[in-house]
Amino acid sequence: MDMNLKLHRGLDLSIKGSVPSDTAVTKMPASDIAIIPDDFPGFLPKLDVKEGDSVVAGMPLMHDKTDGRVVIVSPANGTIKAVVRGERRKIMRVEITCDKQVQDTRTKIDTADIRMALMQSGLWVMMRQRPYDIVPQPDSVPVNIFVTAFDSSPLAPSLTDIVAGRSREIAAGVKALSALTEGNIYIGIRPNDDIQIPAGAERVTISGPHPAGNAGVQAALIAPVNKGETIWTLDIITLARIGEMMLHGAPSWDTTVAVTGPDVKSPALIQTTIGACVAPLLSGNITDTGKHHRIISGNVLTGIKISDNGYLRYPYRQITVMAEGDDVDEFMGWASLSPSKMSTNRSFLSWLMPKKQYAPDARLLGGRRAMIMSELYDKVMPMDIMPEYLIKAILARDIDRMEALGIYEVAPEDFALCEYVDPSKLELQKIVREGLDYLRKELA
Amino acid sequence: MLRKYLNKIKPHFEPGGKLQAFHSVFEGFETFLYTPASTSTSGVHVHDSIDSKRVMIIVVLALMPCLLFGMFNTGYQNYLCSGADGYTFWNAMAYGFLAILPRIIVTYAVGLGIEFIVAQWRKEEIQEGFLVTGILIPLICPIETPVWMLAVATAFSVIFVKEVFGGTGFNIFNVALVARAFLFFAYPAQMSGDHAFISTQPICGLGGTVTYADGVSGATPLGQLATGVTDMTNAVGQPITSWDAFIGLIPGSFGETSTLCILLGAALLLFTGIASWKIMLSVFVGGLAMGFVAHTFQTDLYPASSLTPVDQLLYGGFAFAAVFMATDPVTAARTGAGKYIYGFLVGVIAVIIRVYNNGYPEGAMLAVLLMNAFAPLIDYCVVQLNVNRRMRRLKAKA
Repeated sequence: MDMNLKLHRGLDLSIKGSVPSDTAVTKMPASDIAIIPDDFPGFLPKLDVKEGDSVVAGMPLMHDKTDGRVVIVSPANGTIKAVVRGERRKIMRVEITCDKQVQDTRTKIDTADIRMALMQSGLWVMMRQRPYDIVPQPDSVPVNIFVTAFDSSPLAPSLTDIVAGRSREIAAGVKALSALTEGNIYIGIRPNDDIQIPAGAERVTISGPHPAGNAGVQAALIAPVNKGETIWTLDIITLARIGEMMLHGAPSWDTTVAVTGPDVKSPALIQTTIGACVAPLLSGNITDTGKHHRIISGNVLTGIKISDNGYLRYPYRQITVMAEGDDVDEFMGWASLSPSKMSTNRSFLSWLMPKKQYAPDARLLGGRRAMIMSELYDKVMPMDIMPEYLIKAILARDIDRMEALGIYEVAPEDFALCEYVDPSKLELQKIVREGLDYLRKELA
Repeated sequence: MLRKYLNKIKPHFEPGGKLQAFHSVFEGFETFLYTPASTSTSGVHVHDSIDSKRVMIIVVLALMPCLLFGMFNTGYQNYLCSGADGYTFWNAMAYGFLAILPRIIVTYAVGLGIEFIVAQWRKEEIQEGFLVTGILIPLICPIETPVWMLAVATAFSVIFVKEVFGGTGFNIFNVALVARAFLFFAYPAQMSGDHAFISTQPICGLGGTVTYADGVSGATPLGQLATGVTDMTNAVGQPITSWDAFIGLIPGSFGETSTLCILLGAALLLFTGIASWKIMLSVFVGGLAMGFVAHTFQTDLYPASSLTPVDQLLYGGFAFAAVFMATDPVTAARTGAGKYIYGFLVGVIAVIIRVYNNGYPEGAMLAVLLMNAFAPLIDYCVVQLNVNRRMRRLKAKA
């Protein structure tokens, strides 16, 4: 059964520095890699390796304290360079120096028990579950599985291009996952995407602005998560990896990364390994503006700020470089009529230039305030959620109200656009993340 | 250069500096002059350029036509009633400017002073909400309101309606309207009646002395209606039409007489999306609907029922309340459906109070305040619909 969904609420940010559609992929094997446990919420890391150990791709680096079957694996052959710990010995990252000689030494995984195979292969942690937007609980049975085959966020690469030619893997992935759910596997695509939807999965065509590509929006429009239910969400790349494991015995940990943003000289597509250090990927490709840069692993809405020699973060497919803005002195910016100001408000000139691409910086452009304006969040929230009231319930730590207002249906990324448009500059994604963590702790 | 100077004096205001007691004041001025360079530390890396300063400034800009017209009208009414001849447009403007200036300065000084003290005490940034309130208060009061009364009302309102609830964004009632309501109930003699709406004394050699005799009456059109006079006249006894009320050359509170200028402000607010069109539209629809009902069942007992529905919108403070008061996002309903209900009831109740209570010639102020109190209830019901949908979905599954 084919479904067509049309979104009216949402917003496409028009930012400079997208990758041209005919760009060829450059191969750049990683020499340094880091795996960061914080990228996998809900996973409590316990180390399986120590500094100096040599590891091969697919070998567990750490396992989950609550269930040892769930592991994070090394994406490459190499040596553990360092285990960096933070306060209270929290594991911040495991750094790996990759071997110069690339050879495939991956051992075949027994795929008879699909659930076990997913957990042992390191693919389990690449999926997410709702409620809570965490790595799926080991014994969870999803009512439905939602696969996103496009990324609608600003400057994101085309996921269908990345998995082009892997339809056999995708079909095998769907077959594997269908053994784990009684419900459906939905694959969300754009109307003009050229991708084969294998038997066993439902084709969902979604048109409209961002957040059309968010799994949560798909779920909200098709089958919202009820209390007591679990859904899984993953992207088409992870689905292809699952299929690869089913067909060939082990997944590959290559990833195609889009290097994007206003401060990138020539936006590029680079094939490397997940967790790769970004410095070689960016070297010589950052415009020298004389101002500070901000390097983001991910997109400008949900990505993570990293340092110049930081590492690719989950979901390992985009880097954005833009101006930081902390060294800008702007006189009476609130009165500005400058055409370079990006805004949804018509008191700025941007409404006259719908096609213009902007080079924004990371400033808040205002002070943090209480919620003053109403109904602004609703304009960019295409789910049956009342964002203002849910946020207030979270801030009040009112569990009953959070449940009643649908906290099980949302992930922080669903609030990214609300956070962008908010004149009160509230940290909505952080608030939602804290709310989800609080709820999980209280209801455990 | 200014930036350098600010950087130079900044250390004095930081904790440990000799002027640390004025930290909030300094920060208020600094962020007013320069967009803060603080960048995002979590969540999104880009933010929309709109901030609450710009929101408030747009509202202040939208009030400018009313303010300017109010100046002219104040001068015009004075010259008209004092019988002075040979005055020019600029004479009238200058007179009105001088009449309103001390009132604006005093409300801002009192209100911002309290804001600065509270912000410093709470160790918060100064919030810009009072920029709008401070101009609204003089605009909605009669020109003859003594300046000290404005100061008392502003202080009362800012402290007891806003700050005790937590500051901008947390108040239940519209701060400016409570200031006016405070004056209305505390000093009824000075705030209503026939002698409050026309400035009677010359200022700096401009204008003339108005004596309420020889056919000069300062009653507003609605004031006349409330006493049973259905052939409304201007201050010197000439009959007035709906057109006069639309243009606004009639006695009334300083900034709310001209429907035309209010509509200019409304256009700016709606174009920029700062005020909710849902509320504005539904207040007018509510006023028209109740005006139609009242006009259909017209009786001599309630003279204001003789006004046509359109006249209900043109006279008094109705249009001003619809555009600038009912749409205050903090005190209005916040949900989409709630806004229609809230706005409609504001319009209906404003006309009900105006028509069926001869003691109160104007009902818009009380209607908005009453609905402010009900807005959270309306929102609660609308939110509950969303909650119920979710519950039904869960039950259908079970």
